[in-house]
Amino acid sequence: MTGTNMNHDIETTITLNGKPVTRRIAPRTHLVDFLRDEMGLTGSHTGCEHGVCGACTVRMDGKIVRGCLTLAVQANGRRVDTIEGLSDSGELAAIQKAFHERNALQCGFCTPGMLMAAQDLLLHKPDANREEIREHISGNYCRCTGYQAIVDAIEIVLTQNRSGKKSQVTA
Amino acid sequence: MKAPAFAYAKPASLAEVFTLLQQHGEGAKLLAGGQSLIATLNLRLSAPDILVDITGLPGLSAISFSKDTARIGALVTHRELEHSYEIAQHLPLLAQAVPHVAHIAIRNVGTFGGSIAMADPAAEYPAVCVALDAQFVIAGAKGERRVAAREFFKGMYETALQPGEVLIAGEFKIAAKGYRSAFVELARRHGDYAIVGLAAHANTVDGRYADVRLAFLGAGGEPVLARATAAALEGKAFGPDTIALAQATLARDLDPPADLYSSSATKLHLARVITGRALAALAQ
Repeated sequence: MTGTNMNHDIETTITLNGKPVTRRIAPRTHLVDFLRDEMGLTGSHTGCEHGVCGACTVRMDGKIVRGCLTLAVQANGRRVDTIEGLSDSGELAAIQKAFHERNALQCGFCTPGMLMAAQDLLLHKPDANREEIREHISGNYCRCTGYQAIVDAIEIVLTQNRSGKKSQVTA
Repeated sequence: MKAPAFAYAKPASLAEVFTLLQQHGEGAKLLAGGQSLIATLNLRLSAPDILVDITGLPGLSAISFSKDTARIGALVTHRELEHSYEIAQHLPLLAQAVPHVAHIAIRNVGTFGGSIAMADPAAEYPAVCVALDAQFVIAGAKGERRVAAREFFKGMYETALQPGEVLIAGEFKIAAKGYRSAFVELARRHGDYAIVGLAAHANTVDGRYADVRLAFLGAGGEPVLARATAAALEGKAFGPDTIALAQATLARDLDPPADLYSSSATKLHLARVITGRALAALAQ
């Protein structure tokens, strides 16, 4: 059993963007706050902080999750990938390019979460149509309401991937 | 907002869970996926002394079948149910309900048992379990007991779970030949909590309804089984007259409380609308 002591921080080891990180963490700390405040990874945003907006979307053990509905201590022994990790590795290059060229961001606050949700779709539902794209990002709010361009950008990459072409986006 | 301070434990056995629950009494809360619990903590709607994380317990994460029974472990996630071919085959009502549960990032983590134990009046699974007459398996320090879903939900966020007990599984009779299912829900936005929803299951023989079960969500503190309407439908032929009869009878079963957005009358009207849709779907 781990951490039965009251009022004690819990030793937690997370494989963060491929590298093991061990810290003592207060149980109340959300994963997204740990990433931002303790690890300086401020790409994952804190929006609504109750699971509605999706700005804090990160990947845990390969699945997208809410960083504000996950305690950092729950990530003990797990792999966590953030927008920084996936961006640096080049995994998001095609979808980032499509977002850029389609103007699929305005203020940009929702963008990291959107990219995480979009990449999840690209990986797991390569045949998705526009309706399925909308369903997949339905948990990510864009308060600039730029959904049309976001759906366009995701659709472009899906189409590229299906035709096996290199990313060549035409506006 | 941020959650208040609490302690955290992740026991490796049920025995340890029972010890912690006994030690901390009402100050302890069980944590599974946390997709409702952590939101309530963030909103400071509850302030437990300790969260007991049960996701390290063995044996609660399986979907299994034996003869005519399906068993869903408490820690099975919404996403696992959504992707299960066997669930789609044998419990189509549950399979139809899953996509209505929140969004993918939440379905990846949230659990079957969590949804049942939380007993949100607008949640999907409680109504499905009531419609299908499921049983819940509950473990306590003194052993296991089973409670029928129809006895389990006691009101808004209230269940038959006693202090010190843990919900460990749900058991369902698998859908028999001839039975059909329809899950219909109205929400303001996709993935939001339902305004009103309906889990419908019935035998359909020779173009007639039989053994109809209609369980509504968002229509009371707990799932509401529309018994008078089901009785009125028994043996009736598919068609608009039968649907109109069911819609007319519904007021005998439902007196939905108003919520922030919808009056009681609106909810009853919407319940009639989805009853029509569900009965039409069952007839197809």
